[in-house]
Parts: sequence; structure tokens; C-alpha cells
Amino acid sequence: MTSIILLAGFGIINLFVGFLKSNRILLPLALLFLAVVFGVNMLSWNDTQSYFNNMLTIDNYAVAFTGIMVLSTLLILPFSQRYVEANDQNLAEYYAMLLFSLVGAVMMVSFENVIMLFVGIEILSISMYVLAGSDKKSIRSNEAALKYFLMGSFFTGILLFGIVLVYGATGTFNISEISAAQTDADGLQNTMFTMGLLIMIIGISFKISAAPFHFWTPDVYEGTPTLFTSFMSTVVKIAGVAAFYKLMVAGFAASYAVWFPTLIAITVLTLVVGNIGAVVQHNVKRMLAYSSISHAGYLLMSLIAFNERSDASIFFYSLAYATATIAAFGVLQLVTVQRGEESFQGFNGLGKTNPLLAFAMTISMLSLAGIPLTAGFFAKFFVFASILENADLMWLVVLAVILASVGIYYYFKVVIAMYLQPAGDYGRVKVTGFVSFVLIFITVLTILFGIAPALMSDIL
Amino acid sequence: MITALILFWPALAALLVLLLKGQSAKKVAFVAALVEFALALYATAGFTNETVAPQFALNIPWVESAGISFSIGMDGISLLMVLLTTFLVPLIVLSSFKHDYKNPNAFYALILFMQTGLIGVFVALDAFLFYFFWEVALIPIYFIAAIWGGENRIKVTFKFFVYTIFGSLFMLAAFVYLYFQTAGTGVSAHSSSVNAFYQLALDSGTQSWIFWFLFLAFAIKMPVFPFHTWQPDTYTESPTQATMLLSGIMLKMGIYGVLRWLLPVVPLGVSQWVDLVLVLSIIGVVYGSIIAIRQHDLKRLIAYSSIAHVGLISAGIFTLNEQGLQGGVIQMLSHGVNVVGLFFIIDIIYRRTNTREITSLGGITQNAKALSIFFMILLLGSVALPLTNGFVGEFLLLSGVFQYNYIFGAVAGLTIILAAVYMLRMFQGVMFGTKSAKTEGFTDLTLTEKAVLIPLVIMVFWIGLFPNTFLEISEPAVGNLLNIIQRR
Repeated sequence: MTSIILLAGFGIINLFVGFLKSNRILLPLALLFLAVVFGVNMLSWNDTQSYFNNMLTIDNYAVAFTGIMVLSTLLILPFSQRYVEANDQNLAEYYAMLLFSLVGAVMMVSFENVIMLFVGIEILSISMYVLAGSDKKSIRSNEAALKYFLMGSFFTGILLFGIVLVYGATGTFNISEISAAQTDADGLQNTMFTMGLLIMIIGISFKISAAPFHFWTPDVYEGTPTLFTSFMSTVVKIAGVAAFYKLMVAGFAASYAVWFPTLIAITVLTLVVGNIGAVVQHNVKRMLAYSSISHAGYLLMSLIAFNERSDASIFFYSLAYATATIAAFGVLQLVTVQRGEESFQGFNGLGKTNPLLAFAMTISMLSLAGIPLTAGFFAKFFVFASILENADLMWLVVLAVILASVGIYYYFKVVIAMYLQPAGDYGRVKVTGFVSFVLIFITVLTILFGIAPALMSDIL
Repeated sequence: MITALILFWPALAALLVLLLKGQSAKKVAFVAALVEFALALYATAGFTNETVAPQFALNIPWVESAGISFSIGMDGISLLMVLLTTFLVPLIVLSSFKHDYKNPNAFYALILFMQTGLIGVFVALDAFLFYFFWEVALIPIYFIAAIWGGENRIKVTFKFFVYTIFGSLFMLAAFVYLYFQTAGTGVSAHSSSVNAFYQLALDSGTQSWIFWFLFLAFAIKMPVFPFHTWQPDTYTESPTQATMLLSGIMLKMGIYGVLRWLLPVVPLGVSQWVDLVLVLSIIGVVYGSIIAIRQHDLKRLIAYSSIAHVGLISAGIFTLNEQGLQGGVIQMLSHGVNVVGLFFIIDIIYRRTNTREITSLGGITQNAKALSIFFMILLLGSVALPLTNGFVGEFLLLSGVFQYNYIFGAVAGLTIILAAVYMLRMFQGVMFGTKSAKTEGFTDLTLTEKAVLIPLVIMVFWIGLFPNTFLEISEPAVGNLLNIIQRR
């Protein structure tokens, strides 16, 4: 709870500091704020509390996911140095928007009442609509914002519609009470309830860009300035999946038989569309957009496994995915801005010109591909392990395995460009010491969790 | 403790080598690899034949709540594989002294790093640890082959990489499935230790598909026909040292995987498919040999001959009798020694003449007596002439296959004739005849080159004359393996 208040307060302070017209102070200040929030959030560990008549519950699940999301933002912000150096007029607003949208994210992982879930998603999304269009002079950024806003508000509308139908059937917004209502004889047979549930699933699937509700993802990711894309594909996605799982466990566990077939279809589609879609991309950012769709598929796999391993495996996967994705988008931003090329060729010869960037990118690609020594391997391993508890889903693991080897193909295109292609006219990409430090830190985290996964795999 | 030291020493040395500048990296890497060999010899000295349990074992919880442990140790088969690896790596490093690779520090660091992966595969006693090192060994070799390789390296090595990962992901899926069938000890409900896997009692339908999941990974690595398509191109395009690592050591990972993780884990699955596997392996023997006869490129020729040899090893170990298994183990050593030697000789010839085409070579014997002798010995070892190492292995393997089914044995026996055909044809074309323009000024071996070839030739005779030195080490382990298979 304190983290929500602090984030909102710090966001406002950040806005006012913007009046000082001193961009240099903004970044350290924002980082400091986030570090404080991260620490304060950890204080709630093992101290479950409910707030506002059970509107929100801060339990270990909420603390863990808040932790990942705050840490992700903390690691994303240093890559905004380009804006600091360009003396961007709106920097304070960007930081404030990110902090505000974190407020929504925290609400999404700690909701107890479905209305709070809706409010959380709205708070999160509205900031993202604005940030998607923050590059005012770029047509593509404008297009991204408009597309994201139209589609996003349409699907939040659908989500609300679902919530209302469930409310109509059960007479409550509280997820424990919704869960309790399903034990009644007519709980499962009620058409209104079933419709409401399925429509809610559709609404949230949009947020985590699960197929077939993923069409906005590549365009929006491509148009949005890379800094915010990286926030979108980590914090927004993690909040979405965590909220999704919480909703299903706490609210609809009894209706497993109803939503399971739907979700398994969504999962299979997401895995296929994400992985196959990424293969044909020439633009690295679009490739990462499709890859983020495919990772939503792997995350959904541990959701549909729906057993005592699920939350821990979603947590570990989110962590591994966040570290790798932040590094990937961070390097992508540095490379594309300075080389002016978003295709794979833009990475040519990076291994020669910037060994550090290339190494960080390689580790992050290996991690996304799920290769040992990196966190991504254990993340996939825990997902497969959680789903194989229900042995009749072996076919899904086989499909995921085949698609994971497809994934290696497109992730390695980046590695090949960096190490095996000559740099040509491209020179060294300039990187400040601080950004290098952050990249090293992320890379070390990725390898550390790849060697000693037990550090994080058992905390939930 | 010694196992952990053998396992991690190359990785530590790799970090050190990475920091070096210039060509001093190769010397440091060579010394580090020699130290590693000394460590392995030290372990061998302390190894006893009295017990079948893994020796020098170390067991530390890794992911304790899931029953995954960092568990390593060596039985006779592992020890021989570790000896092979640690024996070959210094020679492979030494063989590169004439090359001035770009970024030598990265090149040698990757070789040493890969050694850790290879040793890890051979000493792992936990399924997930095995898988972990299995992939860790792959990444460095991919980069070695892809960065320092020939013209088509990017496409070819990429195919190799994706193909092998594809196979190994199936292995991972099978391991995870098996893991959930085990009973754990202590805090965890399941265990991924090798012993827990050996105690599984699955019905034969399950074992049947698990067999294919595991076999796919190992068959691609070896490679067994028809999963071999990555192999000739990759061997040809890779720099010689990478080819040596791939053929000399890495393909043994696949065979070792069959011995440790396939045969004893799903014996019922094996018995259902053994005929098909034998047929595939024997097709590989004949197919590899016949294609080898038609090759003009020396490296490709050896690559196809390697498919033939591996086919025979695979046929032998799947017969599940003691001769076949022991033959497989000893032939892994012999093949490692011979193939590394042959690839090195091809490299020597290539460096002097800039060609690997048999037709543009010839008459080398007249200038290079020493080279001819070494070449001949390694070649005869490969053809399995009595007194050489190849004879012991192939004899045991063939007698194993004969015991299983004499028709299979007869067809597989063709390998001896066919090998003589392609090997002697190659020797004739390259070494005898009239000198060509390219071999005119051919110079004989230098001291470093002899330093690589002499240990290899010693091993050819040692294994050929006193195979018991090695057979004794692996005998209890192989017997134990057969016990486990028959018990279930």
C-alpha cells in the first residue's frame, strides 16, 4: 500500500521538479524514488494486509511482482540518458507518467476487488497511450498512440463488460466472493456468468498481447520510442500476466473446466503466432515485439498448468524475461538511434566496435532463447516443469519445444549480425559509463539466475 | 573434489586467457590444458576397480526444493571419456600453434570453456546438470566454428546449431517428464539424480516415446543416419581445431548420452526399437563409407568416414551385450585419437599446399618421409588393422553385432573392406604418384607438428597392443550398466 502512495507522490514531485528546468537532476531523483519504493515494498514481505474494505490485498505475491516491476523500471530509466542529453523539455513528464503507470501496475497485482483490477489497468494504460505518442513529430509514434488508444480502450470496455456480467451473475465484485458464488449449484451453468468470464479473459488477453488479440503489438511497439517500448513489453506485460493468474486462482478456480479450453487455444495460438511471426521480420524491434508475444505464450503455459508451481514459475519467468528484454531494448535503442537503422543490418559488426554492448545483447538473446547458463533456461524449465505436473499436456510441451527451437533461429540472427558480419561504415556506438554499468549489472543478473536459480525460484 | 577441480579448471583458465593480449594466449592455453591432463591422470591413479559406484563424487544441492543437485562423479566410462578429452585438448591447442587466428584470446578461451562443458557432460550424475553442460558445450563450439570458419560458415554452423538444439530440447522435455515420475528424497517430491532415473518403472508404451525423445538428441549429436545432414558441411567449414573438437570429443557426448541416459533409463523402449536403430546405424556405416569413396575433398572424406565409424559404435552399443558395449567404449577412444590425427594431417597438407582436393595433390612421400609414416599409422588405425587401436574396437563391436544378429553383423562387417578402399585410395592419391605443382616444394614435419602426432601414434599402438589398460577401467561400469538394464 505504501508503495502505491509513494509512487503517486513521487510522480507528482517529479512533475514539479520539472519546473526547475534542470534535466540533470531528474534522472538521479527518479532513480532514487524508485529505489526507495523498492525498499519500502520489501518491508511488506510476509506481512499480508488488506486495505479499503478489501479492495486491495498486499500479500507476498503482490510484493514479489511489485518488486520485479519497480526493479524493471529502475533498470529501464538509465537508458533515458539520451533525453537528458538532448535536453528534452518533457522529461519530467515522462518520468512522472512512468511512475503513475507503475501505480496502476501495482494495483493490478494486488487487487482483491475486480473494480480495482479495472482501475489499475486504466491507470496503467492511459499513461502508456500518452507515452506511445511521446515522439510528437514522428508519424509512426502518432500512429502507435492512436492505434494503442483505440484498441486499448475498446478492450478495456470489453473487460468492463465482462466484469459487469459476472457481477450480474454473482452480485459481487470481490474475487473471493465471486469464487464462493461458484460453489452454488447454478454457479457454473449460469450463461451470464460464463459469458462474463470469457469476455474478461479476452479483455486481459489483449493487455498481455496474446493471440488472436495481438494485432496491435508489432505496430505499437515499432512506433513507440524504444525507451517506452521496453517498459511496455516488461512492466505492462508482467502486470497483465500476474493479474491474470491472480484473477483465475482467486476468482475462477472452480470454473477451471470452463476457461481451460479457451485459454489453451489462446496459448497455442500465441506461441505459434509469436514464434512464426518473429521469423519473417527484418526489423529488430518488430522481431522483439513478436518475441514478446511468444513469451506471453510461455507465461500462459504456466498459468494453464494451474498448480502449486504456477506462481513461482510465472514469477521466475517474468524476472528472466524482464532482465533479458530490458538489456535487448536498451542496446537496441543505443544502436538504432546512433546508427539510424532498425533492421538486423544495424547490428553488423557490433562485436568489433562495442564488445560490451554485443556481449550484453548476446546474453540477453541467449536468455530469451532459453539456453543454459542464462536465466531464460531455468525460466523455460520451470514452465515446462509446472505444465508436466499434468502429464496429459505433454503435447503442449512438445509444441513449445519445437517453437522454442524456432525462437533460437531469430534470436541468433542478431548474434550473427553482431559477430559474423563486418561493421562496414558503422563506427563505435557511444555509451556512457553509467549505461555500461547498468548493462553489466543486468547481464550479471541474467547469468546469476542462470547458475543459481534457487535464489529466486522458491520465494513464492 | 578432484572431479570438481577437473571440471572447473578449464573455465577458470579460460577467464585468464581471455584477459591476455596477442599470441601469448595460445601458450597459456596449452599449459592450462596440460595441467588439466595432469589432473585427470592424478584422478586415474586414485581410481579403483573394486567398486561400480561413481568415484570422487560430489553432491551439492542446486535447486533444493526441486530435488535438483549439482552432483558429479566418475565411473569407469566417465573416467575414460575425461581422459580422452583432457588428452586431446592440449594436442588440439598445440596443433593450432602455426595458425595466427584473429583475437587469439577469445579463440583459446572458447576452447577451454568448451572443455568444461564437455567434462561436465561426462561427469554429471543429475539429468538437468547433464543437460546444462550439454548446451554449455555447444555454445563455444558454435562461436569457434562460426567466427573462425570458412566461407559458408554462417549458414552451415547455424544449421548445425539449430539442429542440435532442436534435438536437445526434446531431451529436456523427456527429462522433465521422467523427473515427475521419480520419487524424491528429503524436501522434494521428485529427484533428477541418475539413480532415481534408474529406478523408474514405466510401462512400455511410455518408454517407447521417451526413447525417441532422448534418442533424437543423441542421434543428432553423433550423428546417426538420417540425422547426419549437418555434419559434413560443419566439419568442412569449421577451422581445423573446431573440427577436431567436434569429431574427436563432441560426438562422444552423444554416444555417452546413450550409455548413461538412454539404455538404462528406458530399457523397454530400447528393446522395442533396437532393430530399427541397428538398421539405421548399419545404413550409416555403409552409406558413410560409400559416400566417402566418392569424395574429392579430404576433410569431407574424413567427415563421411566418421559417420561410418560412429554408425558401427552405435550399432555395437545397442546390441546390449558386453562385447558390443566394451567395444563401443574403446572405439570411442580410438576414433577420437585417429580422427584428430587425420584432421591434423589434412590441416598440415592444406597449410602447405592451400588445397584439400585429392586430384591436385600427389607425391608427398618423396619430400616428407616423417609425415608419410605418421599418416600411414593413423590411417591403418582407422582401417582397423590388427595391432592398431581400431582393430580392438571394431573387432569387439562386430562380434557384439554378430551375437545379436549375424546378418546385421555381415553387413556391418563391410566397413572393414570399404574403409580400406576409401582410406587407401586417399593415401594413394595424396601421398604417392607424381608431384603436382602444389606439392613441389612440400616440406616435412616441424617439431611442433611432431609433438602433436607422436602422442597420438603412441596411443594408436597402446590401445592396439594393450587394450586391457583401458578395458579394465570400463569393465565394472559396463557390467553394472548391463545389470541395471537386465534387472528391469
